Amino acid sequence: MKRIVYREWLIEPERYWGLLAILGGVIAIGGLAALYMEHHGHWVTGMSNSVVWGTPHIFAVFLIIAASGALNVASIGTVFNRTVYKPLGRLSGLLAAALLVGGLLVLVLDLGRPERLIVALTTYNFSSIFSWNIFLYTGFLALVIGYLWTMADRKGQPFNRPIGMFAFLWRLALTTGTGSIFGFLVGRQAYDTAILAPMFVVMSFAYGLAVYMLVLIYSCTADGRPIGPLILRRLKNLLALFIAGILYFTLVYHLTKLYGAKYDAFEHFLLLGGGTYTLVFWLGWIVLGSLAPLGILYHPELSKDRDWVSAACGLIIFGGLAAMYVIIIGSQAYPLEMFPGHRVLEFGAAGDVGGRVASYAPSIPELLLGLGGTAVALFITAVGIRVLQFLPESLADRDVDPHIAAKSA
Amino acid sequence: MAKAVVTWGIVSLMLMPLLYGTLAQAEAIGGFVVPTSKAAQLDRCVEPTEAMRRYHMDLIRHQRDTTVYGGIRGTKHSMSGCVDCHAGHDASGEPIPVAAPGQFCQACHHYAAIKLNCFDCHATVPKGEAWNQEPEPTAPEANWMMNLLDLHLPRGRVTP
Amino acid sequence: MKQDHDTIDQGRRALLGAAAVGAAATVGFSSTIVSAEGRKTPVTAEHRWGMLIDTSKCADGCTACVDACELENGLNLQERPHGLSQQKWDDQRSTWIRKVRLQDNLSGQITQLPLMCQHCEKPPCVDVCPTGASFKRADGIVMVDRHICIGCRYCMMACPYKARSFIHEPVEHKFTRAPRGKGCVESCNLCAHRLDHGENNTACAEACAQTGHQAITFGDLNHANGKLRQALKATKNRQIREDLKLNTGVRYAGL
Repeated sequence: MKRIVYREWLIEPERYWGLLAILGGVIAIGGLAALYMEHHGHWVTGMSNSVVWGTPHIFAVFLIIAASGALNVASIGTVFNRTVYKPLGRLSGLLAAALLVGGLLVLVLDLGRPERLIVALTTYNFSSIFSWNIFLYTGFLALVIGYLWTMADRKGQPFNRPIGMFAFLWRLALTTGTGSIFGFLVGRQAYDTAILAPMFVVMSFAYGLAVYMLVLIYSCTADGRPIGPLILRRLKNLLALFIAGILYFTLVYHLTKLYGAKYDAFEHFLLLGGGTYTLVFWLGWIVLGSLAPLGILYHPELSKDRDWVSAACGLIIFGGLAAMYVIIIGSQAYPLEMFPGHRVLEFGAAGDVGGRVASYAPSIPELLLGLGGTAVALFITAVGIRVLQFLPESLADRDVDPHIAAKSA
Repeated sequence: MAKAVVTWGIVSLMLMPLLYGTLAQAEAIGGFVVPTSKAAQLDRCVEPTEAMRRYHMDLIRHQRDTTVYGGIRGTKHSMSGCVDCHAGHDASGEPIPVAAPGQFCQACHHYAAIKLNCFDCHATVPKGEAWNQEPEPTAPEANWMMNLLDLHLPRGRVTP
Repeated sequence: MKQDHDTIDQGRRALLGAAAVGAAATVGFSSTIVSAEGRKTPVTAEHRWGMLIDTSKCADGCTACVDACELENGLNLQERPHGLSQQKWDDQRSTWIRKVRLQDNLSGQITQLPLMCQHCEKPPCVDVCPTGASFKRADGIVMVDRHICIGCRYCMMACPYKARSFIHEPVEHKFTRAPRGKGCVESCNLCAHRLDHGENNTACAEACAQTGHQAITFGDLNHANGKLRQALKATKNRQIREDLKLNTGVRYAGL
């Protein structure tokens, strides 16, 4: 087997700068949207006292869990010692850091008082999962940077495995923490369950890998680097496994709600009578976001085709956003059940919501802010692979797999 | 030695207009107590003027925590006191928000380029004037009667 | 730390001789004494303020408590931003207390009650707040230190009672005693400004009494012989979402 050679991304300058210009444009618009919301206040968004977290949070949570998932590829190489995955490690680390920065930016810019971020970074309340997450996120960034160094620098080589191991554990903690933001909200019927934490971990595996594969396929194809069928097969099999995992956890989640806690009314709302939320759950999360990609990835012919695999990744990302929509928005729209055995006839003023489903319509600025954060992640990734040696020159099977290399020799 | 003296002399001379400019401006700001405010009639602030200029933010900040966590309100360094005294008034006697351009707080903060964000949340006109017509809490024993009388009076917004 | 400040403050006050009577009274007597000009010592855990709401006395069509709260805390000064529908504004404006009407699924019986922050002993909003802005004052009042609130709304996610409101719009008019501003969260504070001035009632309880309904009894949960404890003893009562074991300061009878 040849030594793995990493090279800067060698696409034509026009194409590279064009890409950066587009991403820069999306970032600028996202920034303006954030300024607009900050200047006027949140009344210009679809959010209210009933649905307090909106579209920005869908993007932010998705990006953050995708970030920890994107690091998995590196972990498989380092922690589980799969040689084939080793050349994929650097991009994995870069993408993880980039996605996290994008996600956090969205989260921070949606705060009611974003200028007080320094308060969040200097005063802590350690009974809050949010506080812990601040450490988990910043620690993750630092770890990933250290991890990248051990992968790229010969002097860092000896630390590669310990740091990789530590980063792996850390990313598990991070996603558990993110899931727990929702899981420990005892007041809300949709959340009050610890299963959200492991469910978020599996989701992060899938969404992170889907984003990773899309970026890998795009960037390698763009400057003509080969990706061997074997490595593609491995990645897509792993992805399919993670999707199956999400489906499994989704099932257990709903069974818990149906049988364990007797939240029948909430389940009825989500699965049958919730209008948009029901539609997004079944069509977005289950059919288009899970079953369809599963079908593609296990199809004997389609799964060999790079474009179809890319399409499956795209569907999974779409499904992930749909899942976040249902988990974050749907669960808030559903009214808090405060009076069992009673129907709420009135709850304050006419438009004030209690006892019935709250309405929420995503506003354009919210959406633009979310897209802006995504663009930040992609911008960092694009610049990273362009100026530093993140991408391996070839991912052809004989170059990355020692067995095949031995056979062909 | 002599050379150094000359050099410093020249430098000082060159800096003079600059220095003078700063002083002049500081003077203009220093004299700034809105003539139509209560403060204009008083000899001094709750602390010596120099101390207030330098440390008002610390005093307010200290008072803020005492009030929020300890429930101690309306003491010497409370910010509502600043507003009560320093709000200017227009010709018809209506108060002008202290955070409005050119008014006591805003004028200086604008000059110093420091964001004035107390008034994102806090009342900008004195208690009992214009829209800030909150009734004084009454003594417990008088409550019942007072409130009976008060019931039909508009306590909130004052119609312009 | 806070203690230190307070000692210094007292010293200074004594030196200056300002409000000499009040200061002398404070130094001389126990911290429970609060003069009408305002308390001079920090609140302590000696009291825990709470309420008993007797739903059987809460009258149909009466909104006296809600109206009183609006006036007391300047909630009626909020202005609907230009171009915002009334429907959405109803769900975006700050609301501290709501009149809730319920119908029993089985018997069809109607129950009314005012619902506000329940002032839990173990408040979920305080647990989740990343900066510690959402806090419980020593005397049991749950409130927000809006100087360090970053507007993340996690407390609103955590509250089982939908008691909290986020300020969605810039607020121009607000009372000195009830500051309010864009981007922070707020909720019922049991009229803390009244308590701090030695009054022993909230605006809502007072208004309810004035209508003659007497549905709200406000008082000290720690005071064994006080009117609240007596009322709690006399009437069977419960907490909303009792299953969460939050030990709320607001209790309901006839629910």
